[in-house]
Amino acid sequence: MPSFDSDKVAKIHQHLHSHLPSDSALRVKALETILVQKGLANSENIDRWVEAYSNDIGPMRGAHMVARSWIDPEFRERLLDDAASAADEMGFSGPASGHLKAVENTNELHNVVVCTLCSCYPFSILGMAPNWYKTAAYRSRVVREPRVVLNEFGVDISADTAVHVWDSTAELRYLVIPQRPAGTDGMSVDELGALVTRNAMIGTQRDLAVQS
Amino acid sequence: MDGIHDLGGKLGYGAIDANEPEEPFHADYEGRMWAISRSSRAPGINIDWWRHVRENIPADDYLNRSYFDSWAQTEMAALIDAGICTVDEFVMQKAIGAAAEQPATQTKAQVLADHATKKFSFEREVDAKAKYATGDEIHTIASPSAGHTRLPTYARNKIGIITAHRGAHLLPDAGARGQEVAQHLYTVTFTARTLWGVEAAQNDTVSLDLWESYFA
Repeated sequence: MPSFDSDKVAKIHQHLHSHLPSDSALRVKALETILVQKGLANSENIDRWVEAYSNDIGPMRGAHMVARSWIDPEFRERLLDDAASAADEMGFSGPASGHLKAVENTNELHNVVVCTLCSCYPFSILGMAPNWYKTAAYRSRVVREPRVVLNEFGVDISADTAVHVWDSTAELRYLVIPQRPAGTDGMSVDELGALVTRNAMIGTQRDLAVQS
Repeated sequence: MDGIHDLGGKLGYGAIDANEPEEPFHADYEGRMWAISRSSRAPGINIDWWRHVRENIPADDYLNRSYFDSWAQTEMAALIDAGICTVDEFVMQKAIGAAAEQPATQTKAQVLADHATKKFSFEREVDAKAKYATGDEIHTIASPSAGHTRLPTYARNKIGIITAHRGAHLLPDAGARGQEVAQHLYTVTFTARTLWGVEAAQNDTVSLDLWESYFA
């Protein structure tokens, strides 16, 4: 059982810092090796999980939910009311989807998501978080100067549009629903889904491009 | 914990690499570390304790080593603390004692099915009634738990408005001490000017999800 003793783990970290190799890949290899030898992990299963998060679980899931919300008003209502159940309905549930919340952009409002304390992210719906989402730079700045940060992503928010930052401090996870771009009438849910980017669902992109 | 992880609003961390390639993993070890964290967890190591172990990484390592490197270090430290592994085992890459049988091999379909079942709820039934309702003004406390807490420094001793009641959720401060305590959880919205002063845009807001004991 864990000790739940902060001082004890701080000392363990110091030991690890002094004795482990510096190379990150070697550290992860050491962890995997010991977990396998102790019967706590299986390397083939680790391969399968990498495949699952490389090919099957990713931002296309969230994009599909967003696209459907644009053409199916009843689904949109369910998504905004209870996104966790809407994810269930699509077969996208998993870790970090249990308290999913959808927040929608409007002409007057732009939403952007962060986890200032660690790196919370709706990974069952969006897959792996980008590295920038987990950096000190994004976590420290977007909550304080969101308009400057959005500018670095090429997003210019006009003064009469409010920016709402969501800091994921509990187990709620946030999915931004971007606005449907003009010129997409008659597109199928798959065609619309292809327009929805990962960054738009985090909130670091606002206007979606329509490919010709 | 007033540690290096509590980054919201701090200055000096530089620009963001907005043009990072979109692949899910940028090195093999990132994928393996992620998969290890998905497919194994020793008993008793709950998410709050795990986050607190990560917060206790020495500040220079926390800032300078890569993200998944910090996960490897967190997993190792949590396993050593729980008496499941030793520092020497990780250094020597050799487990002490007889080799144990590995978990059954899974197909990707089984992995995906397993993943779909791991939709955990952190909401619990409690007898206590919610003290606050949507629209109420709250004042956050100045000094939360010295150990793990999810009330960031920038949102302490500030006035905000309850914008949603989320039911009672497990309190991380207690979870990181090995206790299961549920408390009413609320989404609280602060004006950006309350948090950052007049430099912030007048119409901008910041929301956090905060537990009842975080309010004065």
